Formats: sequence, structure tokens, C-alpha cells
Amino acid sequence: MEDNLDTKTKNTWCPGCSNFGILQAIKNAILILEKKGIGRERFVLTTGIGCHAKIVDYLNINTFYGLHGRAIPLAEGIKIANPNLKVLVCAGDGDAYDEGISHLIHAAKRNIDITVLIHNNRNFALTTGQFSATSPKGFVGRSSPEGSLEPAFNPLELMLSSGATFVARAFASKIDHLTNLIVKAIEHKGFSFIDILQPCLIWFNTYDVYNQKVYEFENNDISSKEKAIQGILEWDYNDGKKIPIGVFYKIEKPTFDEEVNSGLIKIKDFGSQIKEILDKKI
Amino acid sequence: MSKELSILIGGAAGEGTRLTGQLIGKILNHFGWRVFVYEDYQSLITGGHNFSIIRASSERISAPTKKIDYLIALNQDTIFKHKNDLKKDGLIIYNSDQIKIGQGIGIPALSITKQFSGKPIMKNSALFGALAKVLGIDWQVVEDLLKREFGAKAEINLKIAKEGYEKARTNWKIEKLNQKSLSLLTGNEAVALGALKIGLDVYLSYPMTPATSILHFLAQVRKNFKNLLVLQPENEIGVVNIGLGSAYAGKRVMVGTSGGGFALMVEGLSLAAQSETPIVIVESQRPAPATGIPTYTAQGDLLFVLSAGHGDFKRFVVAPGDAQEAFYLTGLAMNIAWKYQMPAIVLIDKEVSEDTFNFDESIIDKIKIEEPVFWGKTGEYRRYLDTENGISPLAFPGEKEAVVKSTSYEHDEFGITTEEEEKIQKMQEKRLRKYENFNNEIKNLEGVKVYGNKNSDKAIIVFGSNKGAGIEIGKKLNLKVIQVLVFQPFPEEQIKKAASGVKKLISVETNASAQLAQVLRAHDIKVNDSILKYTGRPFFVEELKEKLIKKI
Repeated sequence: MEDNLDTKTKNTWCPGCSNFGILQAIKNAILILEKKGIGRERFVLTTGIGCHAKIVDYLNINTFYGLHGRAIPLAEGIKIANPNLKVLVCAGDGDAYDEGISHLIHAAKRNIDITVLIHNNRNFALTTGQFSATSPKGFVGRSSPEGSLEPAFNPLELMLSSGATFVARAFASKIDHLTNLIVKAIEHKGFSFIDILQPCLIWFNTYDVYNQKVYEFENNDISSKEKAIQGILEWDYNDGKKIPIGVFYKIEKPTFDEEVNSGLIKIKDFGSQIKEILDKKI
Repeated sequence: MSKELSILIGGAAGEGTRLTGQLIGKILNHFGWRVFVYEDYQSLITGGHNFSIIRASSERISAPTKKIDYLIALNQDTIFKHKNDLKKDGLIIYNSDQIKIGQGIGIPALSITKQFSGKPIMKNSALFGALAKVLGIDWQVVEDLLKREFGAKAEINLKIAKEGYEKARTNWKIEKLNQKSLSLLTGNEAVALGALKIGLDVYLSYPMTPATSILHFLAQVRKNFKNLLVLQPENEIGVVNIGLGSAYAGKRVMVGTSGGGFALMVEGLSLAAQSETPIVIVESQRPAPATGIPTYTAQGDLLFVLSAGHGDFKRFVVAPGDAQEAFYLTGLAMNIAWKYQMPAIVLIDKEVSEDTFNFDESIIDKIKIEEPVFWGKTGEYRRYLDTENGISPLAFPGEKEAVVKSTSYEHDEFGITTEEEEKIQKMQEKRLRKYENFNNEIKNLEGVKVYGNKNSDKAIIVFGSNKGAGIEIGKKLNLKVIQVLVFQPFPEEQIKKAASGVKKLISVETNASAQLAQVLRAHDIKVNDSILKYTGRPFFVEELKEKLIKKI
């Protein structure tokens, strides 16, 4: 096993793609947590389909490369099956906010202890640049040459109202900041969510805009929903002067995986239990 | 000569006829009779018209009859709808508080219920008591049964039943048959127990009739099976993907739905095949297309389940015809899914799901958990190791030294994505070798059963719930009866052997396009004719007899 978590696979992201920053931050976070005593074999990553998903080939850990929009339910299944695992999801905005949005909402509502990282490049990049749920209104792409008619929605606002217990935003270029957030998200007991602003050089190059507008949000009352919503609403994914990044909200609540697994015991032979039920059915 | 009894109980939804039907089944079962209960209900919660037909016989039966010996009516509608089905010497037992009719045994069921301050639904107990008296059953038997069924709530029901019992008169004396009573199970309960026998860890389902009662039953028996998780996710797409995640992490998973829900799961079915993740999917058919007729029956999804999913892949498909087979074949599906790391489908229909059948406990020990091939914990782990038989040893995430990479994408042995021609071909051929071994598995399985006159040159061929009416009438008409139990891998040789010497083969199906006949013809098996029914109701035995006589 490579110490640096690399695989031998050739990376096929576009040169300069901000996904490289996310990959580096995830590696950093795993190495930090490994030092804190979480064995590498306990990490599992699921992905959807899109540019982000190629990450499974570049990380030498357990992975399940799933279907478009379905990375979150896969991760939930893994966590329920083995709560001892640290389950991460990498999903695109198309994945999590378009195709599979119902799963995202329900996973947050359940407060299942998984960490969802959204590679939010605000367009469908691997299918050559169509508008997504977080593309701003007027987005010009090959399916919307005259500008898309739909405004973006704010995924953090949705997550807060759905019951997520850890809600954060990051910027893929700020690798140290992102690393720190990922460590915190994985250490958080409950559903943790980071929307990572991930500029797409080819179809929606937002590097300059983000470099100009992004600032680190200071929150001294992290359990306050009111404070969280103030920060979250500062930028609506369409227009705005400043874009705050950081943790907006974090509270502790019982987790779904813990509650469903309470009282479970491994049973070897089921014949006698079945006969017991049948005795009542005569 | 076989002994026969058929009882219909009907009323509005919410009046409790179904539970009473089950009680009638149990009391007849007590006398060693073989019992079958047919449920007919509508997609509504109160009102409408629901009924159960309870059949009892000295022989095993699993189909309803049209003609009935006793009609138990909770409302006028039941009389109106079923009076003509009463045999000449049949008898009506009715709730005389709500029904006016000049014959039979009237029981003031509602007045009796009020007299003992019971809830309105308890009027069933008055009619149940009356029926017991009519059938010449000792009061003690009724009392024992109600105490067992109702526990602490038995007291008022017993008083009401006793009053009904006293007000009726004996018409017939049920004979105690010299055979052991068997348990009574619905097919859905048997599916659940079969999966549990083979180690079910996680059951996931989004409610959809007629599969829903698997979810209810497993949620209820969870207290007996402390390893079991029962979950109801946000939709069927969530169901199948959560299921595959759990299976990847080492859990034995089953999901249940009907045609519409299965349609939503189909992309996940393809994922199970490509990622080689074992999962059992129960598909209980109801009439479709689209919403169709939710609480009725059909066999219109056979071709769908056989070919569902994009891409080239195999799935194990079994089609049990009663509770006994549902238990065994669901267990088998779980074993095969893990042996070959592939999806397995248990195809049933509303009648198998929700009707009640006798269940012989001896089947429980006939199937045991078979362990899949596990990684030997040496060398670098390759999830898709290219083995001779195409089966790659399993490891689960969390195991030290194993990096387990599952994927929906085409991949190399490690599970790393590939688009290189050579690697694609190698992986396709690994799976093809696995499928070839899977196809050969049919030699070890009972893919068909043959009943009736095995020397007859006329035969009918059935699958699923049509087994019941098919065997009963086939025997009466001295025909050979062939039942298909496994559809993929297809038991072509077994069917050809079973049909050898047959000059006229008729498929009996509850669908509009003779899908069984289509499958048989695709395998070069000649089907001369089909008897089809597509009204949402199963074949009643008299009806099938009439139709068959015209065809043979």
C-alpha cells in the first residue's frame, strides 16, 4: 500500500482543474485522521458520475463508483451495514442537486453519520457544459445558448432546513482551509455537508470571481440557526459581492446509523426463530 | 372422494372481514383440513366491497372456487354480489341488524356487540361464533382459538362470539381429519422467512401493494431476529442503492416492490450486475401498465424481469407458486445471488403474496446458508480477480490490507476504471465465464415440477399462482401439469423432457399476451394454445375447468 494514498492510475482531469485541490485536501485529511488512530481500511468513498467521480481511481482506499445521483444512498447503505466505517461521498452538483436531490434531503433529515463533499462546478462539465441546479440564471451553455431561464438555488439553505447537523462551504483552491473542514466534517458525529466551490476551467471559469469574493467566515455561535442562515444567505449562487466559506452550522443529534443498529446481535442459526413464528400460525 | 368446503365472508373495507377470514381458516385447519384463503379487496381504506374465500379440503388446494357452501355477510352489498354463487344447499349467515333477507341464519351482530359494549368491528365475532355452531364445532374449540388469537382482548370478543354461537343452529358436523395440521402463511410471510433462513440482514422497501406486507411482517418479527434491519427509504431508487451499499459492506440484502417500483430500481439492477454485488429483489406483480389495478393480480411482468436493465447481464429469476415454494425459492435466490455475486429476482404475484396457504415445516431444513467465495487474505486484493470460473473472491471494506473498489464503470481487476479495449474484453469475458457457470447451475436445480397424469399427451403449463387451479383441474381432467419454477437460467432441457410425448401444450396465464408461451417458444418449445385471464382476478377452479374442456 502506498503511504501517500496514490494509485498508479493516470489522472485525466483537465490540467489546472480545481478537482486536484479537492483530491489533495481529501488525502491530507485522511492522513491526519490516520495519525489520530483511524486506520486507513476504515475509510470508504462513494461517488456519482461526472468529473468528480474519477477521484475513486486516484485514491488508494475502499471506493464504490456508483450511478449518477446515487452516491448518497450507496454511502448510507455502507454506513448502516458497518457503522465503524468512515463513509465519505464525493458528488457533483448535477449528481446531488439535480439527479439525486431527494437522497440528499433524506440523508440530511436522517442525520446519518456520513460526510458529503460536493464538487460544485455549477455546470454539467463531463457532458460538455450544460446548466445545473447551481448555475446562475442566464448561464450560457450548449443546451442554453440564449442563457438558462432557471435561477440557481442555494444548497446550504436547503441543507439547513433539511436537518443537516454540519453545514459548510469551501473553495477548492484553498487547500489547507478545505483540509481542515474535511477533518472536522469526518470527525463530526452526524450528517456533515460541505459545498466545495470548484471552478471549471473549460465550461465555467469562476477562479477570478471566487478569488475576489471568497472570504473566511468567522462564526462564534456555531449552534445558532439564525447566525447560520445569515451567513448562508449572504450569497445566493447567482449574484453577490462576497462569498463566505467556513462552517455555518454544527450541532449534535442522535444519528440514524446508531439508532437503527442499537440492539443488533449477530445470529448464526435462524431455524428455531422461524419455527417459533410458525407455531403461532397454526 | 375428497372432502370440500368453501366459505365466503364479505363486507365493507374496515369491517374486519379479512381477519375473520383468517380465523375461519385457522379453525378449519384445527380439524386437519387443508386450507386456502383468497383475498379480494379494493384500493381504499373504508367502504367499498372486500371479501375472503376460505376453502378447506382433505387435499392440498391453492385456488378459490366460485361456488360456495356458506356466505357470511356483514352488509347488504355482500348478499347482492355473492348470493348467486351459493350452492343449492348453501346457507347464508348474516348480520340481521343491517341486512334484510328472507332466508338463512340472521344474527343481530351489531346489537350483540352493543350489548357487551364492544367496538363495532367486533360484530365479526358474533358471525364467527354463529358459523362455528353451524359447522358443529364445540364451543371449547372456539374459545381456545379466540383466546390464543386475541390474548388480553379476548374477553369481550368471547362474549360476543358466544352469543352468536347460541343464536345459530347446527347445519353440518365438521369431521376431524386424520392428518397433522399445518401452519398457515401468506406467500409474503414465506418470502420473508425464506430470506431469514438464509441469513437476511437488511430488508428495504418503499410501500407498494402487493409487496408491502413483507415490510410489515419483517418490521414486526424484528424482535425475534436481532440481526435484522428493516428500513423504508425515500423511494425505490434509494431502496436499491442503499441495498447495494449494504451488500458491498457485507450484509445479505433483500428489497421488495411491485412492477412500478421495480421499474424505478432497474438502473440499480444493472449496477448490481456490473459491480457484481449480490441482492435479492422481490417483484410481486399486479395488473399494469402504470398504476394498473393496485390490489389485484397479474403475470404481466415476466418478460420485463427477464430483460430489465441496460447492458448485457444475467440475473437469477425464480417464480414460486405458493408459500412453501416462496420460502424455498427465496432462500435459494439469496444463496445464488451470493454464490455468483449477481442480482436475483423472486417473481410472484398478488395471489402468491397475499393469499394464505398451508405450509409444511419440513421445508425449513431443506435449505441452508451456502457461504460465498471469500478472499484468502494473501497478496494484494483484487475485487475483480480474473478467475477461471469468473467468480472473484469477496472482501468487505474494513478488512485490513484489502482495498475494496467496486464500480459501475468498466474496470480492471482492481476495480480501476478502464476504457482500454484489451482490458474491457478481459473483464467482459470474466463475467461471461461466470454467466456460463451460472447457466450450468440449472442442472443442479429443480426448474420445473410435473403433476397430474404424467403419461397424458395433453398438458397445461403454468407458473406462479396459477399452479393452484392448474393442478386441481389438470388432475380432474386427467392432464399432465407442468409448472416452471426457475426462469433464468432457463430450464430448457427439463421442460423439453417434461413435455416429451405431449401433443397439445396449453399455457394458462393471468396476462394478456401469453408471456409464458412467448418465453417457451423462444426456447423452441411448442405451445399450441393459451388460456389467458386479465381481469385482475385469478382463475377460479370452475372457470378454468370450463375453459380447458373447450380447448382439449
